[in-house]
Amino acid sequence: MSSTAAAPVSRYLLEARGVRKSFGPTEVLKGVDLLVEPGKLVFLIGPSGSGKSTLLRCCNRLEEPDSGSIIMDDVDLLSPRADINAARRQIGMVFQSFNLYPHLTVQKNITLALRKVVGMSTADANARAAEMLALVGLPDKAASYPAQLSGGQQQRIGIARSLALNPKIILMDEPTSALDPELVGSVLAVVKDLRDRGITMVIASHEMNFAREAADKVVFLDGGLVIEEGCAEDIFLRPQEDRTRRFLAQIRH
Amino acid sequence: MEQFTQEFFNLDVMAKVAPFLLQGLLQTLLLCSFLIPIGLVSGILVMLLTTSPYRLLRWPAIVAVDFFRAFPPLVLLVFVYAGLPFIGLRVPALVAVAVAFLINSASYYGEIYRAGMVSVPKGQREAARSTGLSATQTLLYVTLPQAIRNVLPDLLSNTVELVKLTTLASVISVPELLHSANLARSLTYNSSPLILAAIIYLLLLLPVVRLIARLEHRL
Repeated sequence: MSSTAAAPVSRYLLEARGVRKSFGPTEVLKGVDLLVEPGKLVFLIGPSGSGKSTLLRCCNRLEEPDSGSIIMDDVDLLSPRADINAARRQIGMVFQSFNLYPHLTVQKNITLALRKVVGMSTADANARAAEMLALVGLPDKAASYPAQLSGGQQQRIGIARSLALNPKIILMDEPTSALDPELVGSVLAVVKDLRDRGITMVIASHEMNFAREAADKVVFLDGGLVIEEGCAEDIFLRPQEDRTRRFLAQIRH
Repeated sequence: MEQFTQEFFNLDVMAKVAPFLLQGLLQTLLLCSFLIPIGLVSGILVMLLTTSPYRLLRWPAIVAVDFFRAFPPLVLLVFVYAGLPFIGLRVPALVAVAVAFLINSASYYGEIYRAGMVSVPKGQREAARSTGLSATQTLLYVTLPQAIRNVLPDLLSNTVELVKLTTLASVISVPELLHSANLARSLTYNSSPLILAAIIYLLLLLPVVRLIARLEHRL
């Protein structure tokens, strides 16, 4: 049984329970729970096709779950009455392929939602963009176009874009998988900085070393199910499940 | 050779009919001044229908677009002009031209926009929606501008075609440029007015064609 009603005050910022999702005949998520406490960094690990991305994308309804419940800050996201556009403002998303708007400058990439969704004045939005650019270490790139930036810089802009809306949580879908190895570090440094600022994040990633060092909780998915979860130390040093051990062994080689 | 020049490049005749042809040019420009903007906008509406997630909107729109792209515009024009009176609607020739060519050009523009939308990666829409932009805002600020940019040469090519399409209006005696030229030809017993009309079309459209080539090169 999945809980259908939100408790008045949950200790979790994000509480997904019994999430199921099929694409055609393939069931990608077979009843997954994901519980995220405020201020924590949760890592989703698992082989490709395990359902990590789909789970993340269900959490802001880029994919519609077939069943289950997703409660974000005591708002039932799957309720027909939920204002999904308002909810998505609270849920930042960072994509594997950055998905910056190529026809807009970096500044406009960051300010578009601030102006059109939040209703900020252009001046205020630009000031907010400058603040975010400083935060991700790219203060001089406001006037650049995405194509003029390296992959690592583009991803940091992607983070700045979602961070600008002051979301309660940021979901990152393999944020470093499309990057050249030497550019990964700059993005992870930003993620680490956000963690130190107490920003709640859920990250699907293969960066195991980073997970070990920075994650508050690690969730191992395989075949659409959560196989094992726990603190980083337990999962990496003392995995209880066979499938976890096999996956970690494969990753290390 | 002398005769050929007399028949097609008679400067005296050209000078005599030039004011008359300029009247025709004004009529052509008038036609274009509403056909092009309305065609460009209604093409977007057609695209929204043919890419709609709702089957009941999408399929009829796709069938209609296919039909009107394959249907000869001249026949469509005569149909609208001569056929509407039978259902009690007598429309001025200019309105018949507007209706017939809008149906035709909106279908063509619509298909071009659709190709443009298909060329925009899915992640663009997802990124926009994930920041809370509504479906309409996403279209307006994120996907449509990229789609238009990707198919700009095709949109311009179709616009050139549309300008040339207006010559068909001569069939129902709208006094546009070609109609004026043809009238001048029969009055002067000389083909030079047609050549003059062709020169005017060339002056009008060659810069656009050049621009298209440059845009295609840039992409």
